[in-house]
Amino acid sequence: MILSRKELLGLTILATLILVILPLSLDIFRLNLVGKYLTYAFVALGLVLCWGYGGILSLGQGIFFGLGGYCMAMFLKLEASSVENTKIQSTPGIPDFMDWNQITALPWFWEPFRSLPLTLILVILVPVALAFILGFAMFTRRVGGTYFAIITQAVAAILTILIVGQQGYTGGINGITDLRTLLGWDIRTDNAKLILYFVNGLLLIGCLLLAFFVKHSKFGRILVAMRDKEDRVRFSGYNVSNFKIFVFCLAAAISGIGGAMFALQVGFMSPSFVGIVPSIEMVIYTAVGGRLSILGAVYGTLLVNWAKTSFSETFPELWLLGLGGLFIAVVLAFPNGLAGIYGSYIEPAIKRFLRKKSDLMPSGTLPQGSPAE
Amino acid sequence: MFADYSMAELGSIFVMQGFAGLILFSVFLLMALGLAIIFGQMGVINMAHGEFMILGAYVTYFTSQLFLNYIPSLFSIYFFLAMILAFIASGALGMFVEWAMIRHLYKRPLDTLLATWGLSLILQQLYRSFFGAREVGVELPEWMMGSIPLTDTVEVQINGLFVMGLTLAITIAVAVLMYKSSWGKQVRAVVQNRVMAGAVGINTERVDRYTFALGCGIAGVAGSAFTMIGSTGPTAGQLYIVDTFLVVVFGGAASLLGTIASAFTISQAQSTMEFFLSGSMAKVITLLGVVGILMLRPQGLFTLKVRR
Amino acid sequence: MNPPVTNAGIISDQMAPDFLLTVEGLTVSFDGFKAVNDLSLYVDEREIRVIVGPNGAGKTTVLDLICGKTRATSGSIKFRGQELTRMNESKIVQAGIGRKFQTPSIYDDLTVFENLEISYPKGRSVFGALAFKRDAVVRDRVFEVAEMIFLKDRLNERAEFLSHGQKQWLEIGMLLIQDPDLLMLDEPVAGMSVSERKKTAELLNKIIANRSIIVIEHDMKFVEDIAHRVTVLHQGKVLSEGSMDHVKHDPKVVEVYLGH
Repeated sequence: MILSRKELLGLTILATLILVILPLSLDIFRLNLVGKYLTYAFVALGLVLCWGYGGILSLGQGIFFGLGGYCMAMFLKLEASSVENTKIQSTPGIPDFMDWNQITALPWFWEPFRSLPLTLILVILVPVALAFILGFAMFTRRVGGTYFAIITQAVAAILTILIVGQQGYTGGINGITDLRTLLGWDIRTDNAKLILYFVNGLLLIGCLLLAFFVKHSKFGRILVAMRDKEDRVRFSGYNVSNFKIFVFCLAAAISGIGGAMFALQVGFMSPSFVGIVPSIEMVIYTAVGGRLSILGAVYGTLLVNWAKTSFSETFPELWLLGLGGLFIAVVLAFPNGLAGIYGSYIEPAIKRFLRKKSDLMPSGTLPQGSPAE
Repeated sequence: MFADYSMAELGSIFVMQGFAGLILFSVFLLMALGLAIIFGQMGVINMAHGEFMILGAYVTYFTSQLFLNYIPSLFSIYFFLAMILAFIASGALGMFVEWAMIRHLYKRPLDTLLATWGLSLILQQLYRSFFGAREVGVELPEWMMGSIPLTDTVEVQINGLFVMGLTLAITIAVAVLMYKSSWGKQVRAVVQNRVMAGAVGINTERVDRYTFALGCGIAGVAGSAFTMIGSTGPTAGQLYIVDTFLVVVFGGAASLLGTIASAFTISQAQSTMEFFLSGSMAKVITLLGVVGILMLRPQGLFTLKVRR
Repeated sequence: MNPPVTNAGIISDQMAPDFLLTVEGLTVSFDGFKAVNDLSLYVDEREIRVIVGPNGAGKTTVLDLICGKTRATSGSIKFRGQELTRMNESKIVQAGIGRKFQTPSIYDDLTVFENLEISYPKGRSVFGALAFKRDAVVRDRVFEVAEMIFLKDRLNERAEFLSHGQKQWLEIGMLLIQDPDLLMLDEPVAGMSVSERKKTAELLNKIIANRSIIVIEHDMKFVEDIAHRVTVLHQGKVLSEGSMDHVKHDPKVVEVYLGH
């Protein structure tokens, strides 16, 4: 059993919202926008596991989102840059931005992205490999806390500068744009967007289930124990750094999937989703949802992005103030985010309401409180 | 790579790049000093440090405007007053922030990081709303303009020299304050053992507040000095924040000497490489080098072995 | 290396060349200060060894060195022939050494059951932990230990709500479920009430069966009750070693330790 009854109910409600209510009530433009937000929820979910449960705050999750996204975008770009499509270039068959930068042959590291299966593997493998290198170097040397946060932030900065600076190989500041088809299937049509939205939603739910599995396994309890008393865990015979490396890699893998779905749904990938600012913004999604709440990560992401879109359409100045205020408020006043507010105000109210009802109907069954364990 | 230049030209290049590196060194060191005090002494990561610096820069800008418009006769010395005002403004803001926010978060360093990031967003937007999104630059007094020729191929800018001198003076002042004054002793006592320091009658809360304010005030002075060599905009502070954190961490957090050495190493590496590579690659390689070394030696360059 | 001094030791005649734990020439210096200085210590199978000494004598540091929390500057620590000085902490635990810290070190956010379960010596690798099943064997063992540590009816409570004494017991229980061959206890009765102290002594007597124990303790009554042999540390060195009776009358000990 990987879900408690309460969690099963919560997941069902969320799945209904994502897969039924939103598609029925939004036009395809708005739905595509929600789909884009939901790709950030992958990152927020990864942060719940590694920051909320593991106590490891990474300020560079955009790195992994970006790497996953770039992997997918590179595949799509190569498909869009067939010799047929690019015959006006001086070197046909390579992406347009390479041609503009006087590059005459496809760089070696683009070669694997000619194959879709390989691309799908790399979408996960590339972020995981980088996370492993970072995690292995840092965690085996007992680096954590703020040091780790700063290092991940620096890596995010490095990657952005690298992508922007190496225009010929990466598309530079504009990113990789003009993505068209996936194995000949046009991803720009409304129909494709709808299908991709559902694929994205199902993948997200899959990742949520995976997160619940991890949380309820002994691994999840060790994460909590580690956050609390790292030394005690070590002296109970666990290699703490291995656990940290694993959860960091897991978060990276989940973020990479989100990035790939972003590239597919939005049709481009750019360094503006990789650097310091987007990375730390993704942390606020998690914080708003509640850093310990797996489902909260999704709600937090949707809420913050919805607010961002509606505010920056009307009062762009207010948005930054609001976002800044949100960072401070969620830390000072609501450290457990929406999930905390739900747990301490809304849930008791619902329970009272249900109890009253069942008092009126003696045969009614009382909802059980949180089950044992 | 070197074949196109004569020996003499190469020599000049290194001297000039070295000088540019020294200016960058001053910039890094000025920013890092305030940060090193706050991070090294209090363990607090202040992500809004850049914005405290920009406040100092704006204060300097407005002081210069004031002198220019009302007392032009004293314009040549406005900078010294501006620097003091910048220190007071950033320090006062720092004191307020410590009281309103930081002191509630001493046990949650990661949360401090997020909250101060929020603060930096708010400050950026306030600067933009009040001072405009455009970058502003101060007018230099006459004596600071121009350059001094050292040989026929090498010359150094006076404003750059001035900033270096200023950096030196501030660094010495900080060193004296931290290692010679009784206040510095209190700060270091609180760092080593907060409970004990409180027990022997040090008001630890006040020490925290003034330490934070001092760090922010120094950031303000740094911002003031920046106006001598560059222009100021609402988001200019963010450009340096990662480099500065790396300088502090690389130097080994709690050591002033370490901060100086690391600021020097990083700035020289970057400016020397900048000549041969593109600016972005120089930066990437420098940062990668620093991150790589930190992975192998996370405690930074200068630390002591103590019982964990 | 010098054999152990066992002038009045009860087990001197069965002294075998293979001790459970052999510490030789152990030295650690912090910034030039030698907290432990050329220390040698030999612990037999099923021996209860008590380490006493004034504050700053290096008692806790010795335990830290054995369990890998602190790295030795020089010297060797051999456990069943395995060199520990180069092993990481988790490997040392897996080799069969358990450690209780001076202040109760338990997981506040987890329930008593979960605290004990985490210490159950199975599923200690990453994937082992992911695949770990809470089966009947685990459950029974947790119940059994909970019974021993007087916490049977508090299994589903979060550990932070336990009293200080109960937290100490929980930590002892966590070690117990780990089933180590060598158990190291740092002041197990410190901060306990008289009745808790009695119960703890009772508990310790139960858990010492079939294993070797190293205890740091100041409570002389308690030491006299349980010690097979006593080692007196002073300034990082062994000052005296032997039975309680022997060290009590050792003039060196009287001078530096009992004398004031």
